Amino acid sequence: MRIVLVLFLLIFSSVAAAGVPLKKASFMPLWSTQAQFAGYYVALDKGIYKKYGLDLSIISGGPGRQAADSLVNKKVDFTVLWLSTAIQRRAQGLKLVNIGQIVQKSAIMLVAKKSSGIKTSADMNNKKVSLWGGDLAIQPRMFFRKHNLKVKIIPQSSSINLFLRGGTDVASAMWYNEYHTMLNSGLDPDELTTFFFQEQGLNFPEDGIYTLEETFMKDPGLSCAFVKASIEGWVYAFAHPEEAVDIVLKYMVRGNIPANRMHQKWMLARMKDLITQQGATDKIGILKQQDYELVASELRKEGMIKSIPGFPSFYRQCAGYVQK
Amino acid sequence: MFKNRGIAFKLILLVSTSSALIFLLILAYNYQSSKKMIEENAGQNARNLSRATVNRIEAALRSVQKVPENLACYLENASYNKDELVRVLRAVVETNPELYGAAIAFEPHAFDRTALYFAPYFYKKNGKTEFMSLGSEAYNYFDLDWYQIPKELRQPQWSEPYFDEGAGNILMATYSVPFYRTINGRRRLMGIVTSDISLEWLRDIVSSIKILDTGYGALLSKNGTFITHPSKDLIMNDTVFDIAEARGDKGLREAGKRMARGETGSIPYKNIRGKQCWMYYAPIPSSGWSLTLLFPVDEMLADLVKLNRTMLLGGAAGIVLLSLAVVFIANSITRPLTEITNAATEMGSGNLDIELPLVRSRDEVGRLSDAFHAMRDSLRDYIRQLTETTAAKEKIESELKIASDIQMSILPRIFPAFPDRKEFDIFALIEPAKEVGGDFYDFFQIDDTHLCFIIADVSGKGVPAALYMAVTKTLIMSIAKEGITADRILMKVNDELSRDNDVNMFVTIFCGILDTSTGEVCYANGGHNPPLAIRKDGDISFFGETGGLVIGAFEGMPYTLEKLVLGPGDTLFLYTDGVTEAMNEKEEQFSDERLERELASLNVVDIQELIGGIMKRIVFFTGGASQSDDITMLAVRFFGEKTFV
Repeated sequence: MRIVLVLFLLIFSSVAAAGVPLKKASFMPLWSTQAQFAGYYVALDKGIYKKYGLDLSIISGGPGRQAADSLVNKKVDFTVLWLSTAIQRRAQGLKLVNIGQIVQKSAIMLVAKKSSGIKTSADMNNKKVSLWGGDLAIQPRMFFRKHNLKVKIIPQSSSINLFLRGGTDVASAMWYNEYHTMLNSGLDPDELTTFFFQEQGLNFPEDGIYTLEETFMKDPGLSCAFVKASIEGWVYAFAHPEEAVDIVLKYMVRGNIPANRMHQKWMLARMKDLITQQGATDKIGILKQQDYELVASELRKEGMIKSIPGFPSFYRQCAGYVQK
Repeated sequence: MFKNRGIAFKLILLVSTSSALIFLLILAYNYQSSKKMIEENAGQNARNLSRATVNRIEAALRSVQKVPENLACYLENASYNKDELVRVLRAVVETNPELYGAAIAFEPHAFDRTALYFAPYFYKKNGKTEFMSLGSEAYNYFDLDWYQIPKELRQPQWSEPYFDEGAGNILMATYSVPFYRTINGRRRLMGIVTSDISLEWLRDIVSSIKILDTGYGALLSKNGTFITHPSKDLIMNDTVFDIAEARGDKGLREAGKRMARGETGSIPYKNIRGKQCWMYYAPIPSSGWSLTLLFPVDEMLADLVKLNRTMLLGGAAGIVLLSLAVVFIANSITRPLTEITNAATEMGSGNLDIELPLVRSRDEVGRLSDAFHAMRDSLRDYIRQLTETTAAKEKIESELKIASDIQMSILPRIFPAFPDRKEFDIFALIEPAKEVGGDFYDFFQIDDTHLCFIIADVSGKGVPAALYMAVTKTLIMSIAKEGITADRILMKVNDELSRDNDVNMFVTIFCGILDTSTGEVCYANGGHNPPLAIRKDGDISFFGETGGLVIGAFEGMPYTLEKLVLGPGDTLFLYTDGVTEAMNEKEEQFSDERLERELASLNVVDIQELIGGIMKRIVFFTGGASQSDDITMLAVRFFGEKTFV
């Protein structure tokens, strides 16, 4: 019955706006407001969630607000998590489900200054490498093991100043974020050696939309409306990058977050590279089983999970549910 | 193109364009060199200003640096317990008003083996010094920039500026100094001493920089982030590289990199209002920051532009004035010139009474006008005189014509003169030159058998000659009628004319008397050209070359009487020097020889044709050259008494 209603809502969304009451839902991105989450803010700002029958509130992530914890504690209905995080949580018994894999490629990377003599991965031997903690360190550690590198790992803070001032030889970076900060602190691309994990056989898809299994089962239509509206938000953002950046900046200013237009512009452009297939937006949101298997098997190899959770129970493709 | 334009137009065009060109060239040169000077001055000002500002900032930063440096020195060399440490730290914060806070953060378990964190921190809040013990799971200071960077670099460091939200969102920077202890011969890091300072004073220093009207200073961090800037949105948010990226300005990015390297330089830069500026940058060595100073180009050059505008306006006004002056001068030349031209045209058409323009100036135009006046007056006088002279001349000419007509009319001109006489024929022709001449001929019968014929040439021309000729002719006729011989006639005529001859005129006369019954000619020649005898058989000869002197020169001169007998058909040909001295254009004379030759060649029936024929030859010979003397010819043919009826 509800599915029919959702279908109805999808088809006659204007009617929904007119009369049918909107369903309340909440969403927390992985981090504080930035273009990494442009699609959600654009969907909110352009009334796309409303169009899909949702009265959505976005609760900003950031320091002190762990998205996964908020989901577990049922403080929010939907959240963005990395696939590697989510698989571990699922393996630990938390009943969360992936309802849309937005980012298809891994944006995490290692960056070294060529001036420190690092041109290939082998050059990293016995060098200082700063790594973020938690799941952000998974791929680098796998990478060092794969290449049999002995590196001196030091913790990396939220800034890249240590790297900029030469306190570390290699630093972690997100392609859409810290890498651009490096460029706009005066380092030219040709002065840097980059190691993209997506090119190192360690392509762990990152941002995906997650909800609790019980939330999903209670109202699949709600979950799917959120995913579809979010994807529409992303498509709109890619089609109107300037407007999307304006929207993101607006929410950043509202959240008292330093807002740098060029940085957000770069970030949105890189998100497009990471989310779409060479700019094609028709397949956004699908989690490929082979990606899932790669991440899960690497995690198991590292001993981070004992067994691989079943794919069908982990991933709920909305399209399928809606059409049932 | 300008050929048909007036002098005024050409003058204005030439003078104003060339002076405008010279003026603009000077102006452009002046602008360029002044601009260069101003820019050099601005560069000097920028260097001075940035040096002064940098020194102020540098002094303040260095004084702050001393505190943690001294503290680190104390920690490395003295022994201390926790209470002492806290007391010293509190004293440091309280006695250094410029310090916002200070901490001594130890390495894990370095102070107390049982405690992971040990970091006492004193800071100022609402004028009081507060204490805080740093370090917790949520605040793991080991990974923070202020701790980690000096630790890893093993040297003191200024942090990137940051907003401290706890302290009322003020801009802060932390200076961190690592301190060590030598344990078992190894120098080990014990921790980091920090001092926090508010950068609000820094903002005051930089924002107090006023450059011209709208120029300003800005401070950039080591990473190129704006620490201070008139636009708050940029502060702690954008880097100079962001602006370079947004503008696609590679030069700006390069300048940013040079700033990061601690270099000094300048580049053209558009400020936030889109105004073109020169941006000067200089490093603040202790913190690695950069001070930038923006000089708005238009304001730098404002005075110069203003001056140039004034000069341009002045120059334009000058050129207008100059043009007006040229118009005035040109007009003062061309107006009288035009009037004089019109007057000259009018004069050319004959009106000499026209009023000439009055030019008062004493310049070339004035003199031209004077000359015109003088010319007009003298022309008028000349024309008047000419008119009078012409009238007089016309009168004389008409009188002379009448005289000439009268002169001709006294010569026998009806031929045949003696139609009833078959034994001889006589024919004469006189072709007067333009003026009244002195030639004449005459013939008359003295009696039935004697025909007197005369040809004469009075010396000179004109009226005196004509009168002399008339006198001579009348005299000859009256004397000849007496029936005396030709030599006697000439003697008598000579005596008559010589007597009281005051005018010294004379006449040459050939006088012959033909006996019409015998054909005998008795003649006398008074200085005249010898005539020719043309025999019937064609023999031609001059005769009578030997004769007396010209008539009228000396009284009492004798003349010889000579005789010649004409056979039937023989002819005498008499002529004046107008015939033999007729000249062609090559100034060759017709000559005696030619006359003789021509006479011989003429094959004619009667004497009228003979004379007509010679006349034609003369006309042909002279070829139209003007006739200078009378041409007179006379021919007598004797037929004999009974030969021809």
